[in-house]
Amino acid sequence: MFRAVLVANRGEIARRVFRACRQLGVRTIAVYSEADRDAPHVREADEAVFLGPPPARESYLAIDRILDAARRSGADAVHPGYGFLSENWRFAQACADAGLTFIGPSPQAIRAMGDKSEARRLMAAAGVPVVPGTPGPVNGAEDAARAAEIVGYPLILKAAKGGGGIGMARVHAPGELAAAFAAATRRAEAAFGEGAVYVERYLDRPRHVEIQVFGDAAGSVVHLHERDCSVQRRHQKLVEESPAPALPAATKDGLTAAAVKGARAIGYVNAGTMEFLVDASGGFYFIEMNTRLQVEHPVTEEVTGLDLVTAQLQVAAGGALPWRQDEIAQRGAAVECRIYAEDPAKNFLPSPGTVSRLVLPEGEGIRVEAGVVEGTAVPVHYDPLLLKLVARGRDRGEAIARLDAALGGCVIEGVKTTIPFLRRVLAHDGFRAGAVHTQMIEQGAFHA
Amino acid sequence: MPEEIRAHITGVVFQIPTKAGDKVAAGDAVIVLESMKMEIPVEAPRAGAVKEITVQEGQTVQEGDVVAVLE
Repeated sequence: MFRAVLVANRGEIARRVFRACRQLGVRTIAVYSEADRDAPHVREADEAVFLGPPPARESYLAIDRILDAARRSGADAVHPGYGFLSENWRFAQACADAGLTFIGPSPQAIRAMGDKSEARRLMAAAGVPVVPGTPGPVNGAEDAARAAEIVGYPLILKAAKGGGGIGMARVHAPGELAAAFAAATRRAEAAFGEGAVYVERYLDRPRHVEIQVFGDAAGSVVHLHERDCSVQRRHQKLVEESPAPALPAATKDGLTAAAVKGARAIGYVNAGTMEFLVDASGGFYFIEMNTRLQVEHPVTEEVTGLDLVTAQLQVAAGGALPWRQDEIAQRGAAVECRIYAEDPAKNFLPSPGTVSRLVLPEGEGIRVEAGVVEGTAVPVHYDPLLLKLVARGRDRGEAIARLDAALGGCVIEGVKTTIPFLRRVLAHDGFRAGAVHTQMIEQGAFHA
Repeated sequence: MPEEIRAHITGVVFQIPTKAGDKVAAGDAVIVLESMKMEIPVEAPRAGAVKEITVQEGQTVQEGDVVAVLE
């Protein structure tokens, strides 16, 4: 096992990794920016190294400063958490070059999965279903029509240079294609200076279901079942749970088999997540792989009773996976919600400030992962996640009831939070029935 | 009548898409703030010409601070 692990992160995830280190008797090293001098993760580490000014590129994204901190503190491994440098293959490579163990997959795996079209190509080649679509831009309206016959309707025309929904057009039937193609090309040209568009199947109200995978250096790969993260806003997940409610058994089996196959195909080592969209008919399509620990990993831990973070350290230290596939079972249900410093009454406007009062809920089956304590400053420079609340129950209904009670007992003053919104989600009939999809929030399902 | 435009949120000035003398329409982004990894435009409350931008890129502004003045 390692002597000392440096966590190149902040907030709740730094504290979570420190807890795993303490369990294994490993010394903990924090890093921090000027804005985080008094943060809880700094106070509770065995040693803390100052990085630089608040902007992330001068602190938590500054590879040289982090490597220097590791050298000075005698760390022999680095855990990247999530966000920041966690999916930066150059950082993983720089750690290796500096003689440090990067607690995560190889730089090659991070790089391959970080390039979204390359990831799609590799997964399709491994037999993992991907959203049907053209591999690149189509060459004019006739080419688009030919591609559309293969891809199927409804479909979406996406700007090759696009993002944020600009240059996208939905097409329901062949008769609409020519006009839609002309319009999408024109819009893409205006927005991105390049009119190239590609064709992709449009999935109506899909669910987001992801599979936790874990590999070791000997080539074993297991899955730790699924998480449903359909309640999301602008690709930011707000509620996550396991098992996924009302997921057909055949879909579940197909998802786990595909995820393990995909991870094996790239020789994946350590914890990773294969993300899929699931359509109304139970069809599923790979969207991307997250080559790191997920924010929502506690959902899996609660429902399987296994510790993903200590396993990350053991596997990174050269150990074998601590579990066989047949030992990994879902027992009961777990639901997590993310509490952000955002104002749901003002369209989720960020709400930086100082946590002036904090009362955290306790109770049967309740787990709290908090990045803040009373008096912690919530700076403008970083992600607005304050804490995560996780509830476990004998079944989904019990987990939801416990989570709702916990949200009701959670007091946070000094910043606005998403708690009122989360309580509306948990009370929503569609959510309670398990009829979740990724477009619920945008469609206004949870308006006050 | 000159009119002050104030930040509706605490953040760091991320971008300044306008400059003194520019004509803007109501709802145009006069400056863009970054707060907690989100880009948030500070919009012109009415049509007019920008008289002055009172902040610089990278500067931290508090909620209520003046960021620009319209003619």
